[in-house]
Amino acid sequence: MIYPDDRGRYGQFGGRFVPETLMNAIQELETEYRRAKEDPNFIREFKTYLAQYAGRPSNLYLAENLTRYLDGPKIYLKREDLNHTGSHKINNALGQALLAVRMGKTRLIAETGAGQHGVATATVAARFGLSCVVYMGEEDIARQSLNVFRMRLLGAEVRPVTSGSRTLKDATNEAMRDWVASVKDTHYIIGSAVGPHPYPMLVRDFQRVIGDETREQILEVEGRLPDYLVACVGGGSNAIGLFYPFLEEQSVALVGVEAAGAGIETGLHAASLSQGSLGVLHGSLSYLLQDNDGQILEAYSVSAGLDYPGVGPEHSYLKDRGRAIYESVTDQEALAAFALLSQTEGIIPALESSHALAWVIRNASRLRKDQIVIVNLSGRGDKDVEQVANLMGGK
Amino acid sequence: MRIEQTFQALKARNEAGLIAYLTAGDPNLAVTEQLVEAMAQAGVDMIELGVPFSDPVADGPVIQRASQRALKAGTNLERILESVARLRGRGVILPIMLMTYYNPIYRRGLGTAAVMLAQAGVDGLIVPDLPYEESQELAGLLKEQGMYLIYLLAPTSSQQRIQKITEQARGFIYCVSLAGVTGERNTLPPELPEFVQRVRSQTDQPLAVGFGLSRPELMPLIAAMADAAVGGSAFVSLVEQNPEDPVTPVVSLASSLKEALI
Repeated sequence: MIYPDDRGRYGQFGGRFVPETLMNAIQELETEYRRAKEDPNFIREFKTYLAQYAGRPSNLYLAENLTRYLDGPKIYLKREDLNHTGSHKINNALGQALLAVRMGKTRLIAETGAGQHGVATATVAARFGLSCVVYMGEEDIARQSLNVFRMRLLGAEVRPVTSGSRTLKDATNEAMRDWVASVKDTHYIIGSAVGPHPYPMLVRDFQRVIGDETREQILEVEGRLPDYLVACVGGGSNAIGLFYPFLEEQSVALVGVEAAGAGIETGLHAASLSQGSLGVLHGSLSYLLQDNDGQILEAYSVSAGLDYPGVGPEHSYLKDRGRAIYESVTDQEALAAFALLSQTEGIIPALESSHALAWVIRNASRLRKDQIVIVNLSGRGDKDVEQVANLMGGK
Repeated sequence: MRIEQTFQALKARNEAGLIAYLTAGDPNLAVTEQLVEAMAQAGVDMIELGVPFSDPVADGPVIQRASQRALKAGTNLERILESVARLRGRGVILPIMLMTYYNPIYRRGLGTAAVMLAQAGVDGLIVPDLPYEESQELAGLLKEQGMYLIYLLAPTSSQQRIQKITEQARGFIYCVSLAGVTGERNTLPPELPEFVQRVRSQTDQPLAVGFGLSRPELMPLIAAMADAAVGGSAFVSLVEQNPEDPVTPVVSLASSLKEALI
């Protein structure tokens, strides 16, 4: 079966729940994308930018010291942190910017949590000569000031969002409101595998390069497929990008790691798949954190990029089908992983990616030494250093 | 069916209708009930009660703030429906529609929600984030209970969509005046008459125009092209600015809008 179906559904999940004003634009986007996908020129252009501009392929790096330290399975890191702009977000931003240019749009808008997607969008806007507005929650502006400066330096306007929890959810609301009013000349680059159809498909397809490369690279060095693929899940773009090319490989376990924040039992978390219920947010039907009245709850995580009460519909589908498992790790575990990778490998991971690492650290002792685990190191942690220093009291 | 009867009566009197929007529970439901009764007496033809939602993506700042106030006051769908039932008990007979985002309805279960709405005396539902393609199940359930799902059309709707949606629409069609969120504007968008005409050429159903309408001087223009005007943020703004006595200014605006539609 090929998902999504023609209604944009992954099983029961997904769909398009948007104001009528946007329907024409998202249908046009789907039509144009399907055309572009079949156009060898578009594919060539995208691949060229991924190679020449983003610096792909990203390395698959054997973390020998970490493997030795944990005395468990062999751990590889897919180094998306080495991409231009410092995370996997550039893959999708490039793909969507090329589509926007094809559609004759002159302005890009984006939402951002940690700022990585905002930076990626600001970057491609600069590269393709498009104007750019990035919506970012005030709370996130405070904890990711370095990325705010980067976006402004790249020529983007960063608009602080003061409504609701002042984080990624509210930035997404504001970007949608902008788009409803600007849809004629503006393309909205959604940064995660969320939103109305065709976005979850589009983002997955532009991110699958992570999994495609990983497959080739691991076969080359190990001569076999890995036992585990591990990735953090906020909206779920880096995870779906890594998982997708392996969905039919039943021997490969897929593990998505959500943010348990201060601990699931405290209610302060962002674990929509593990703890959420079915509902509609930001254009698609998926698991989300909500109360009995259907009001969306505020998520919480130390990591701005995972601080989101929803999740991409394809992850909900993979969870229900049992094809992927979704577990969660706390702020504390993620911070410990952040420090451990820095000290053992000399690689400072993003707080988001630290969640995936933390799952491996927690489970290393129950995995066999002859097993291979690949962790998607979705971003680098430079942006998080100031926040972590504050949390550790400057130590 | 109260909605049809109201449009028939308007037509017989050769006047355009006024549909007034209020965020239910802002600042509390007792005030909402007072406002509805006073507006009905002031000549408002239909009421649209907004169910507050945490993430109202189709709304501008005025209704966003009202939604927050209403949620803080403990407003939810059940309490709003109790208010509607009380209003019906007090003899308020004008059509009452709920404007709600999809999730609060989905969360209750569509079938359960439809029964609850009908029992309270609601006439129709407007769901701004539920496009035609996703609407069939809810539309069917509402119909079984004698209610309508009111469809929205926008200036960006293609001819094909206008045709498909007008074929299914009953009650009336809500024409969104502009590409944008709710909120007051000083003028009408220049392309509005052409858009309304495109819809009119496809259907005999009544057309209501909403989003951005707050000034009495715009009303004759709406009356010339459509069957009703929807006023929203302007009323909600008055509620926000006059927490002590919102009834007097709200009624005064409603009266002047209605006069300009006759």
